[in-house]
Amino acid sequence: MTINAQNKSYSSPALEFKSTMFSVPVLGVASDDLVLIEQLLNEKIKLAPEFFKHSPVILDFQEVNKKQLTIAIEAVVAVIRKAGLFAVGVRGGSDLQHQQAIELGIAVTANTEIKAELPKTPKIITAPKDDAQASDDSTTVLITKPIRSGQRIYSHGDLIVLAQVGAGAEILAEGNIHVYGTLRGRALAGVQGNAEARIFCSDLQAELISIAGHYKISDDIQGAISNTPIQIYLQKNALVIKPIA
Amino acid sequence: MARIIVVTSGKGGVGKTTTSAAISMGLAKKGHKTVVIDFDVGLRNLDLIMGCERRVVYDIINVINEEASLNQALIKDKNCNLLSILPASQTRNKDALTQEGVGKILEELSKEFKYIVCDSPAGIEQGAHLAMYFADDAFIVTNPEVSSVRDSDRILGLLSSKSQRAEKNEEPIKEYLILTRYAPERVKSGEMLSLDDVQDILSLDLLGVIPESKSVLTASNSGNPVILDEKSDAGQAYGDIVARYLGETRPHRFIEGKKGLFRKLFGGG
Ligand SMILES: Nc1ncnc2c1ncn2[C@@H]1O[C@H](COP(=O)(O)OP(=O)(O)OP(=O)(O)O)[C@@H](O)[C@H]1O
Ligand SMILES: [Mg+2]
Repeated sequence: MTINAQNKSYSSPALEFKSTMFSVPVLGVASDDLVLIEQLLNEKIKLAPEFFKHSPVILDFQEVNKKQLTIAIEAVVAVIRKAGLFAVGVRGGSDLQHQQAIELGIAVTANTEIKAELPKTPKIITAPKDDAQASDDSTTVLITKPIRSGQRIYSHGDLIVLAQVGAGAEILAEGNIHVYGTLRGRALAGVQGNAEARIFCSDLQAELISIAGHYKISDDIQGAISNTPIQIYLQKNALVIKPIA
Repeated sequence: MARIIVVTSGKGGVGKTTTSAAISMGLAKKGHKTVVIDFDVGLRNLDLIMGCERRVVYDIINVINEEASLNQALIKDKNCNLLSILPASQTRNKDALTQEGVGKILEELSKEFKYIVCDSPAGIEQGAHLAMYFADDAFIVTNPEVSSVRDSDRILGLLSSKSQRAEKNEEPIKEYLILTRYAPERVKSGEMLSLDDVQDILSLDLLGVIPESKSVLTASNSGNPVILDEKSDAGQAYGDIVARYLGETRPHRFIEGKKGLFRKLFGGG
C-alpha cells in the first residue's frame, strides 16, 4: 500500500485534505547495532513479504534512547530503505534526532499512541443497566444478558456479549466486538479509529456493522452467511465478512 | 410483602387488559388478596372488562391528588371478594400520574394485598413507565407478529434500565412471556410467527400461550374476565398461566393446532 494509492480521484478542487485515518506500522528501534537491525528486519519481512512491500513505517527511538545508546537517524533510514520500506515518520527521539529527521524529509510525529493494551480482568456486567453505558477504562466489558431494542452499550476496550443483540439495539466498542448470540442490531467496532478492530459473531443478522467508520447496512450484508460463526474486518478500507474457518 | 406485577407490551391492542383482568381474577380465585390497577389514564377500559364501569366514583388520579382516599376509590369485584379494582380516570390528562403519587399508592396497597397487578397502557410514555417502574415481575404480552415482538424487546430494555430495581441495583425484574392471540393454523401457513420464532428473539420464561378465541370478546362484552369461562380454551389457558406463576408445573397447551376428526380416529400427526 503506497500513500499515492489513497488519492485516486482528482476532481475539483485541485487539492483536498481528507481526514482518512490509516494505520502505519511502528518500528521500535532498541539497539544501535545496524547489522542486527537489518537482520531482524529482513526476518520479519520474510514472514509477510506482501504486507511489508513498499510499506510506510514510523521509527520509534524511545527504547534505544532509554538505553542511552547513540544512533544516527540517517543510518537507520538507509537500512529501512534497503529493505524496501519507506520511513515516513520518527518519534520518541532526542531533539537532535528529530532535527536530523526533518532534514531528511521525514516527519516527526507526536508520541501519542493508541495502546493495544492487554485486556485486564473483564468488567462483568450481568444486565445492561443504562441506555448509554460506558466502562470507565479500557477494560473489556462483558454482557451476559440479551441487549434489547433501544439499548446502547459502549466499551472503551473490547466488548463481549454472551447473549443476543436485539434489532434496534446498538453496541459500540473502541476495540473488538464478540457476540455469542444472534446479532440483529447495530455493531460498531473500532469507533475511535482502530482499523484493526474486528467483529465476531455466531449468527449475523445485523442492521449495520462498522469498523473504524467503514460500514455496511443490512441490505449489503444480506446473503452473507447467516447461522455460521463469522468475523468481520477491514481490508484495504473495505469490510470483509468471512466465516471463521 | 405484596408482589407487584406489570402487564405490559409496548404495542397497543395485543391483550394487556384482557390478560390483567384474567390473571388478577385467577390469583384472587386461588385465595390471594389481589388488586388490579388501570394505568391507562384517558383510555380506561379495565373497568369495562371487569364489569364494574357503573360503580366507578373515584379513580387513581383522585387518590394521587388527595381528593379521595384509596379505600374510597377501590371497587370490590362482583364475582370474587378477594379482588379489588382501582380504575383510571377517563377525563384527566395522563400527566396527572406522578412517580411519587404512584409510589405512595403502591406502598399503601402493599400492606393489604398479596398481588398488585398493573395494567399498562401501550407505548413507552409516562403511564407505561410508571406502570412498570415499581414492578417485581413483568408479564410481557406479545402477539405472534414482528412489530409486537420488536416492541416487547424494547420494553424489556426499559425494564432492565429504567425501573426502580435497575436504578437501585437490586435483583432485576423477573420477566415472563405471555403469547396471546395465537392461531396454530396461521402459524403453519406462515401468516404468523411461531412460538419458536418469538422465543428466538425474546428468549423469556414462557408463562403460557393464549389461543385466538371468540370467548375473549364474549367475556369482555359480558363484563366477566375470560378466565371465569372454564369451558373456553382462552379461559383454560389463562388458568394454566396463573397456576404456573404460582409454581405449579403444567404442560403447555394450545401451541399445536386442533387435531381433525380423521387424525383423532386414526392417529398420526
Ligand atoms: N386471545 C384473544 N383472542 C381473541 N381476541 C382477543 C384475544 N385477546 C385480546 N383480544 C381482543 O383484542 C382487543 C384488544 O385487547 P386488549 O384491550 O386486552 O388489549 P390491550 O393490549 O389492553 O390494548 P391497549 O393497548 O389499547 O390497552 C380486544 O378487542 C380483545 O377482545
Ligand atoms: Mg389496555
